[in-house]
Amino acid sequence: MKQIYRTAIVVLALVFAPLSFADNYKVDVKGAHAFIQFKIKHLGYSWLTGRFNTFDGQFSYDEKNPSASKVTIDIDTASIDSNHAERDKHLRGKDFLNVSKFPKATFVSTSFKNLDGGKAELKGELTLHGVTKMITIDVDHVGHGKDPWGGYRRGLAGTTTLKLKDFGIDYNLGPASTEVELSFGIEGIRQ
Amino acid sequence: MIRLKNMPINNRPTHWGWLAVLMHWSTALCVFGLFTLGLWMTGLDYYSPWYKQGPWIHKSIGVLLLLLTLLRLFMRLSLKAPLPLESHKSGERMAAKATHMLLYALILIIIMSGYLISTADGRSIEVFSWFSVPATITITGIQGEAQEELAGSLHWYSACILMGLVGLHILGALKHHIVDKDTTLLRMLRPYANKVIRKSQLK
Repeated sequence: MKQIYRTAIVVLALVFAPLSFADNYKVDVKGAHAFIQFKIKHLGYSWLTGRFNTFDGQFSYDEKNPSASKVTIDIDTASIDSNHAERDKHLRGKDFLNVSKFPKATFVSTSFKNLDGGKAELKGELTLHGVTKMITIDVDHVGHGKDPWGGYRRGLAGTTTLKLKDFGIDYNLGPASTEVELSFGIEGIRQ
Repeated sequence: MIRLKNMPINNRPTHWGWLAVLMHWSTALCVFGLFTLGLWMTGLDYYSPWYKQGPWIHKSIGVLLLLLTLLRLFMRLSLKAPLPLESHKSGERMAAKATHMLLYALILIIIMSGYLISTADGRSIEVFSWFSVPATITITGIQGEAQEELAGSLHWYSACILMGLVGLHILGALKHHIVDKDTTLLRMLRPYANKVIRKSQLK
């Protein structure tokens, strides 16, 4: 019997080991040290940029075991802001995000891999406009360390490109505007 | 009050002056035009030549209709409207009065909410290329909901209610003309006739 307990404890310890050593970070949305931006070509002649103002998220990061890192982000789709009320209203409507039907967009990571030169590759499932798809985000480790107010912070930046059609958004913006570039700059405060 | 002899610009107890008639039918034209244009332009393809032109005309005419409606309201309140026909029952008079008041109120609500959509980000509204209306009025959204969204819902639903009331208004006019065979509709159509009398009334 003792043997079974001992084995169980060892197995549990192994299973939860990566979790117990990873540092958990809460995205600093309160202090607005996090940004989720998008950019899309207008007619193929210029870049239009905008952002989502309301979102929340957390991530875990363990320097000894980076591949156990996890990231989850929830975005309030109605908070889209392209600096033009009429356009934002159109973007929230049925032609694009349909926010009354799909008020949230979520990203849940499935894998994390550190690469050379402070880069990393983050994969996960993005749910947008009711469609869930695996996406790959190119990540930059921007920096980490103590902040001046007694806390510890870590920042990540990421970019990815989405085909609007993949997420069921097929309003015709022209041949040059079928893809949108998403970029994230998130700073987490260690809990 | 201005009264010009033999020029019925003003309302008389028996008929509407031509100014009131002109403003009434201009409003009717604007209301139908704006509703149709609004419905059509919001479904346009991005590459349609009307994608920018449609809203520009819609907003310009909307602002002009606001000015016209304020002028009409001022005239309606300060000058006397013709007396109701004696054949109008008191229930009909009350129903007509309520409908007219609601029509005015809805037109004002629709234009103000439209203004609040376009000015939500501080941009002004260009009325053709003549002048601009600045974004001076704002409303506070409920729990972070954007002004353009609240105003947009108000704009759409009040426009639908207005079209329903317009239908009622038209049905009432037709009922007077066809069923009651009185001059209610005719006196909104023929301002110059000093006294509109229908053949049926002469019999």
